[in-house]
Amino acid sequence: MTVHNLYLFDRNGVCLHYSEWHRKKQAGIPKEEEYKLMYGMLFSIRSFVSKMKDGFLAFQTSRYKLHYYETPTGIKVVMNTDLGVGPIRDVLHHIYSALYVELVVKNPLCPLGQTVQSELFRSRLDSYVRSLPFFSARAG
Amino acid sequence: MAIFSVYVVNKAGGLIYQLDSYAPRAEAEKTFSYPLDLLLKLHDERVLVAFGQRYSIRVGHAVLAINGMDVNGRYTADGKEVLEYLGNPANYPVSIRFGRPRLTSNEKLMLASMFHSLFAIGSQLSPEQGSSGIEMLETDTFKLHCYQTLTEMPIRCELFDQNLKLALEVAEKAGTFGPGS
Repeated sequence: MTVHNLYLFDRNGVCLHYSEWHRKKQAGIPKEEEYKLMYGMLFSIRSFVSKMKDGFLAFQTSRYKLHYYETPTGIKVVMNTDLGVGPIRDVLHHIYSALYVELVVKNPLCPLGQTVQSELFRSRLDSYVRSLPFFSARAG
Repeated sequence: MAIFSVYVVNKAGGLIYQLDSYAPRAEAEKTFSYPLDLLLKLHDERVLVAFGQRYSIRVGHAVLAINGMDVNGRYTADGKEVLEYLGNPANYPVSIRFGRPRLTSNEKLMLASMFHSLFAIGSQLSPEQGSSGIEMLETDTFKLHCYQTLTEMPIRCELFDQNLKLALEVAEKAGTFGPGS
């Protein structure tokens, strides 16, 4: 059971943060384009789901599971894990409220609307993800 | 376990088969007096709730019937504009039925093609080798399962229709089937 990577987007599609832990395959396109593709895909899935019912949570393929959490202010937390992981909405909410809000939004020196430069945020996020019960150091 | 609908999409992303099985739709009928507590707006030829969610009437629900008579898009059964009718205090008290708007055939075609592209992008953005496209998509009210075959589906035929309905009935009676995760 493992976590592959994590994306953080704001309401305008700007990728605020990206971290990876176990990633075997790169997308084959530059990182900037990958962020835009990911954001576009999430935007389309959201409008697709809202036509039928509402509240997109996650999707899975044969190899990975993508978990999604969106706040009312438009901040999107996206985490890719392997298939053995169940619903982790509370984990994503914690990343938003205890890490992003506390360390970035409440920090007057961190400009919002662009990639987060704060080293404290990066290291706290990294240690939080590593401490999760479904994260194993062995690439699963 | 309830199955809501089945869509079959071909290799190019076009919708070639669609079936809606019976599903209880969340509908609410209430009597209102003037002025209306909800904010209604016109969208895509339908009258939708924009604001003022209460009881079981949610934002995004459409006006389905007024005083028991089904509305026709933005017009009532006798041809008047729904928004105009509901803006006139002389027409109150009025009984309005709200619910999730039913998808038109055109919308279903668009959704099928959209899903086809998302399926492919899901495979491209995979952090793991050899990932398939999206097999299961989860929301808080339903799950969408997708199975990709190796071949094309033949032209539509009656037997397929009947056998599919039978298979769905068997699946419903059998209860939950084990997910292959």
